[in-house]
Amino acid sequence: MDILKNPWPWYVAGPLIGLTVPVLLIIGNKAFGISSSLRHICAACLPANLPFFKYEWKKEIWNLFFVAGILLGGFIAMSLLGNPNPVVVHPDLATELSGYGITNFDSIVPADVFSWSSLLTLRGFIMMVVGGFMIGFGTRYAGGCTSGHAIMGLSTLQWPSLVATCCFMVGGIIMANWILPFILAL
Amino acid sequence: MQVNKTENILNDGIETAEEFQVRALDAMCINESQLTHKWYHNLKYMVVGIAFGIVFVKAEIISWFRIQEMFRFQSFHMYGVIGSAVVVGVISVLLIRKLKVRTIYGEQIEFHRKQFSVGQIYGGLLFGFGWAITGACPGPLFALIGSGATVIAVTLLSAIAGTWTYGYIREKLPH
Repeated sequence: MDILKNPWPWYVAGPLIGLTVPVLLIIGNKAFGISSSLRHICAACLPANLPFFKYEWKKEIWNLFFVAGILLGGFIAMSLLGNPNPVVVHPDLATELSGYGITNFDSIVPADVFSWSSLLTLRGFIMMVVGGFMIGFGTRYAGGCTSGHAIMGLSTLQWPSLVATCCFMVGGIIMANWILPFILAL
Repeated sequence: MQVNKTENILNDGIETAEEFQVRALDAMCINESQLTHKWYHNLKYMVVGIAFGIVFVKAEIISWFRIQEMFRFQSFHMYGVIGSAVVVGVISVLLIRKLKVRTIYGEQIEFHRKQFSVGQIYGGLLFGFGWAITGACPGPLFALIGSGATVIAVTLLSAIAGTWTYGYIREKLPH
């Protein structure tokens, strides 16, 4: 049980995630991808007569069942297999974060930044609301996210997906190292 | 005109080529299956999602800390996860193609070529920014809410708003 409760190593998690690709293909000819679910939600709830959202979203309803499952899986993992110990953080990162007043490593996301009470602070707003907007806009503009491009796209050896994946990484490296420190210092 | 077309699709479930074009636009994952099933057939995707969500939480892929360590090259963990997932994915797809594996319903498994668009560069960079700020990509957003970080529901709503805004201004953007 302790083995299940402690954080799982990459060589267990990575192959399991990779197996999602053949499993979804075999159980119903579905290509693995998650960000499209955001588009289906728009098409279902607020199509607003925009051509981009005028399609038969019910044909993709499997994708909404899939993400609902991810949400449930998050709940199950936390309630049954939750790790009682604080998250282990690299010492360099811990030192840097303490400079921004982030010292609580008890939960999987830093409670000092991601909480309802900090939502309306400038830092909280940028990190939760503006950050979320970039995810939604960026993934659709790029035509996929880490699952669709980095995993499904690379698995089928598509070079546009390699371009997208490299851009995800470059964007993330620029943000984390050179822009995020200013946001965290707010 | 448009309304009639939508009604037709709803009535007989037949999709026009134009409809398919729209549905496949800017998407990696489109439903290739031509079959229609009762709604409860979708529950199997929920089961896969649950397994996936558990792995996300237990390997701390949804952790803001792990994402920061990845982008600061302080930990191999996330590179190991993504790298080994891709290796397993490549081998699986090769085997499916080589052995002409069919779905459990007997359908032929299809793969589509993806066209290059500059959106993959601009959008990719923008998503990278969002990924590093929030420490989450779209999958982890759902898992985080389930795991009890309820405030991430706001981030998810904002991501939906971002997708909607993209749809709104799509024609004005370079592609």
